[in-house]
Amino acid sequence: MSLVTVTRTQAGTSGILDRIGIGHIALAAALLVYPAVASEFFLVQIGAYSLIWGLIALSLMLLGGYGGMVSLSQITCAGIAAYIVAIFGTNSMNIHGFGWPWWVLVPFAVLISGLVSAAIGAISVRTEGIYTIMITLAIATAFFYFAQQNYVLFNGHSGYAGIPTPQFWGVHWRDPLPFYYLCLGVSVVAYVAVLYAAKSTFGLALQAIRDNPRRMRAIGYDVTAHKVLAYFYAGLIAGLAGVLLVWFNGRVSPGTVDVSQAIDVLVIAVIGGLLHPIGPFIGAVFVVLIQTFAIDIVGAERYNTLIGLVFLTIVFVSPDGILGLWQRLKPHLAQAPLRPSRR
Amino acid sequence: MAQSNVASRLEGTGAHALELDDVARHFGALVAFSDVSMRIAAGERRAVLGSNGAGKTTLFNAITGDFMPTAGRIRFFGEDITSMPTHERIRRGLRRTYQISQLFARMSVLNSVFLACRGVSRNRFSLLRPGLSDATMAQAELILNAVHLDAYRDTLVAALSHGQQRQLEIALALAGAPRFILFDEPAAGLSPTERHDLVAILNALPKHIGYIIIEHDLDVALRVSEYVSMMHNGRVFKEGTPAEIEADPQVQDIYLGGRHHG
Repeated sequence: MSLVTVTRTQAGTSGILDRIGIGHIALAAALLVYPAVASEFFLVQIGAYSLIWGLIALSLMLLGGYGGMVSLSQITCAGIAAYIVAIFGTNSMNIHGFGWPWWVLVPFAVLISGLVSAAIGAISVRTEGIYTIMITLAIATAFFYFAQQNYVLFNGHSGYAGIPTPQFWGVHWRDPLPFYYLCLGVSVVAYVAVLYAAKSTFGLALQAIRDNPRRMRAIGYDVTAHKVLAYFYAGLIAGLAGVLLVWFNGRVSPGTVDVSQAIDVLVIAVIGGLLHPIGPFIGAVFVVLIQTFAIDIVGAERYNTLIGLVFLTIVFVSPDGILGLWQRLKPHLAQAPLRPSRR
Repeated sequence: MAQSNVASRLEGTGAHALELDDVARHFGALVAFSDVSMRIAAGERRAVLGSNGAGKTTLFNAITGDFMPTAGRIRFFGEDITSMPTHERIRRGLRRTYQISQLFARMSVLNSVFLACRGVSRNRFSLLRPGLSDATMAQAELILNAVHLDAYRDTLVAALSHGQQRQLEIALALAGAPRFILFDEPAAGLSPTERHDLVAILNALPKHIGYIIIEHDLDVALRVSEYVSMMHNGRVFKEGTPAEIEADPQVQDIYLGGRHHG
């Protein structure tokens, strides 16, 4: 008891830097100065693109890591936000394109993505494990085919192109440097929000529901409502990613939301690790790097084999992904012989 | 507890905490229990005894909604809760503990009780982190004091001993102003000292909190209850005060294996 009290007081008196953590400070510094050393290609095609995929995978991490619900339809939510930006904003296809300003369009797209995610949640939360995966995969597949065959709303196979990134505050946000910082800013906000909320009443309750739903009911929680709300929040994050994705590509088509993309989200989250919200971003950098450079290493026909092998290796070596690898390694590093003892 | 007192409660002019009318639960052809009727007054402390398989735990599951009853009617403080989902029953002041501890292994003891306190409040969806000075946290700490777990507030539940986990089960049931608690074998697997503590905790509960306790340890059961219902093969076959039940030859025969005791 006295030990506990001591740690508590120390934590209370120590500065805000300690609470943020040295790892976060180092990471933030690295990400902020990254543009100074990175080429335009590395800034956008690797940096910004990884952050976007990291965001989509973060929405899966929230559901899978904290809620025990592995959903394959997070890309569907992102895709719906992307389609909304194309349909209600501006596109060069002369179909729809209502020209809404970005400050109406973006909140609207993100909100609809959250609501769609909540609806998917409402359908799937009564299932568990493999059945959740199957149901959400079915939804993702159904949406892909629907978007491909529907011309009235989704313009079928070709989708929408010529979708501009807005310009405001005197900045053209699709220029490499602004776009990188835009993606970084959105990612940091989402990351900090998830990290903070994980220890809120809602976050604790979600983790407790993952561990023992029956007990949660027996202390007054509506387990279904909590899970559906988690899907809603995850949908908001996926929606933000969808908006960034459509600005990144300048286009959206059924290919944006097909099954291979849905599986990519899962691969990224699993490779990075579902234990902590940083995992999806680590996984995204890793997968984007492989996807970009595997062609140079093994040729265009075999690059999926390389990705598959790397995935298998990581899952075999560490079921908790790169993050789990690091957590297993950390105690060994801390016990280096010349390091001053902490006790 | 005077017999007349209990009898007058049973005739039921006052508010009943719990009323069961011919409640039954079947699993296919298997009858877990049937025709169970009970009237339990507010603040009454009742023991339900019976051999394994008598249907006691299933009766609890029907009362809390873990399984819906197949037939009959359940009222909680006058309100029909027969087909209500579990969390709605809990929010009305019903609580339970489980025979096999149902806890959150990866969570700290304090956070577990904190969640139990928040479960019946409107803040259960809050996205804010509770501060150390949070009123609900303070409430949770009081409950931990009451079950003697205050020294383990920051311990992970998985690291607790069996006895401490049983105490945490009780702490979860005490959170958030309960009106009536169902204790499912709280003494199972406890050492004699821990049993002694358990009896003290139960006897120290505020008078307005009634409970039903399922307990195989008669020593515990008869010391913490004022009235006893005996179940056998899914039916209540005898009710009485602890003294009557202890002396009943039929009870001894069935439950205590008492042919040899006469």
